[in-house]
Amino acid sequence: MENSGEGTEHIVSSYDDDLKQLSSMLLRMGGLAESQLAAAIQAVTRRDSELAQKVIDTDQQIDELDDEVNEFCTRLLALRQPMAVDLRNIVAALKLSGDIERVGDYAKNVAKRAIALNQAPMVAPVHNVPRIGSLVQRMIKDVLDAYAERDVARAIDVWNRDEEVDELYNSLFRELLTYMMEDPRNITSCTHLLFIAKNIERMGDHTTNMAENIHYVIEGTRLHDSRPKSDDTSTFAGPSEKVRKLET
Amino acid sequence: MVVAEHANAEASANAQPKIMARKVNVFYGDKQALFDVDLDIAQQKVTSLIGPSGCGKSTFLRCLNRMNDVVDGCRVEGAIRLDGADVYDRQLDPVQLRARVGMVFQKPNPFPKSIYDNVAYGPRIHGLTEGRDELDGVVRNSLEKAGLWGEVKDRLEQPGTGLSGGQQQRLCIARAIAVNPEVVLMDEPCSALDPIATARIEELIDELRENYTIVIVTHSMQQAARVSQFTAFFHLGYLVEYGATETIFTSPQDTRTQDYITGRFG
Repeated sequence: MENSGEGTEHIVSSYDDDLKQLSSMLLRMGGLAESQLAAAIQAVTRRDSELAQKVIDTDQQIDELDDEVNEFCTRLLALRQPMAVDLRNIVAALKLSGDIERVGDYAKNVAKRAIALNQAPMVAPVHNVPRIGSLVQRMIKDVLDAYAERDVARAIDVWNRDEEVDELYNSLFRELLTYMMEDPRNITSCTHLLFIAKNIERMGDHTTNMAENIHYVIEGTRLHDSRPKSDDTSTFAGPSEKVRKLET
Repeated sequence: MVVAEHANAEASANAQPKIMARKVNVFYGDKQALFDVDLDIAQQKVTSLIGPSGCGKSTFLRCLNRMNDVVDGCRVEGAIRLDGADVYDRQLDPVQLRARVGMVFQKPNPFPKSIYDNVAYGPRIHGLTEGRDELDGVVRNSLEKAGLWGEVKDRLEQPGTGLSGGQQQRLCIARAIAVNPEVVLMDEPCSALDPIATARIEELIDELRENYTIVIVTHSMQQAARVSQFTAFFHLGYLVEYGATETIFTSPQDTRTQDYITGRFG
């Protein structure tokens, strides 16, 4: 946007250096979270416990970056007393960092589940997990690009795509439920897969938050319309329409 | 000029503006200092005027109580209305106007008189009080409102110039409000003060808002953000943007406003 005002430089050039550094810290953090998700999903599909353990160990790096970003932002707020787009930028960075940190945590959870899953027999629908995974991974990549290039259209596009993730999660939920009903021996694996899918779906929600914050940085306004929500599993009563009535 | 949306909404919800400026042009000789400025000053709010040096903000402030009348070669065109009445009406006595629209300057400028006489001066020349008791009451009340009473009550006969900078400025504010004005204009009232004295004045401005309409010119954007409800940004003699202070400082609409408040090259 023409008057987001970040194109021109500050009179104090070290201020520009600080803001550039902040952006690059976030992008590094985001890139790390994105590759953590990719590796976690690979650990699930290839039943690779070693890779899963590596994901678990690497999460520490994201947490450390989150701390660094928080400290750096606090310093900038105190020393630069930012206004307008600079203020939005720094406040948004604090929130973006929090969201990325959460994405990293979910990737770690997926990896933990992967290790547990590898102890159990394989169930069929594992292929749906990488699908939802790569969908969210692309959202993360795009939201980071939107941030790097201050591209509001791309941020809005990511924001809208979360609906797809919710839909895919719903169908996965139903599918796994059917497998569990077919054969109780599937329950352990399916439960782990269900949690994995839920973790990935939550990453999508955090990515959406990031898109909202990027919109705020660029435009100075909030994305108003309520986001399309399609996750209806919390009210889902069973695979059939017939809900069994409890005898009183 | 950009006017932020909810500033308009708030201003209209606020009924009548205290001061309305329309198409104000000011010239110093051949040089034009202000161009077609339209601005409403909301009643019992603090409005801050910001912008780089020479942008016209002080010139505009001085139009509001005709302080420009005393500047040689200064010509003011357009309309400025105080409660709907023309400020530049030839029938209107500028001295009476300045009793209604008081002013506090950048450098504290107490008279070389006692603290008491500094505050009593206005009520005396305007004949606002009868008898010593009433005058005492006005002096005390004004000093209390200016947050200075506790510090000076035992030395009212000492010279005002003997006070510290921050106290002198509060004395000047007490002097300005002693004539019971409706509007108080402040031209960088804190630029000569340390942070603590500044904080006291800012606290005072916030309290004065209950009874007075305040217009403040400041070079400190942090100050504008702290004390005012509305902010107007001037640049090269034009009013560039006007709106609710929080909007101006978080999401200004005009690139020039943004560049100025974020410290970028314009």
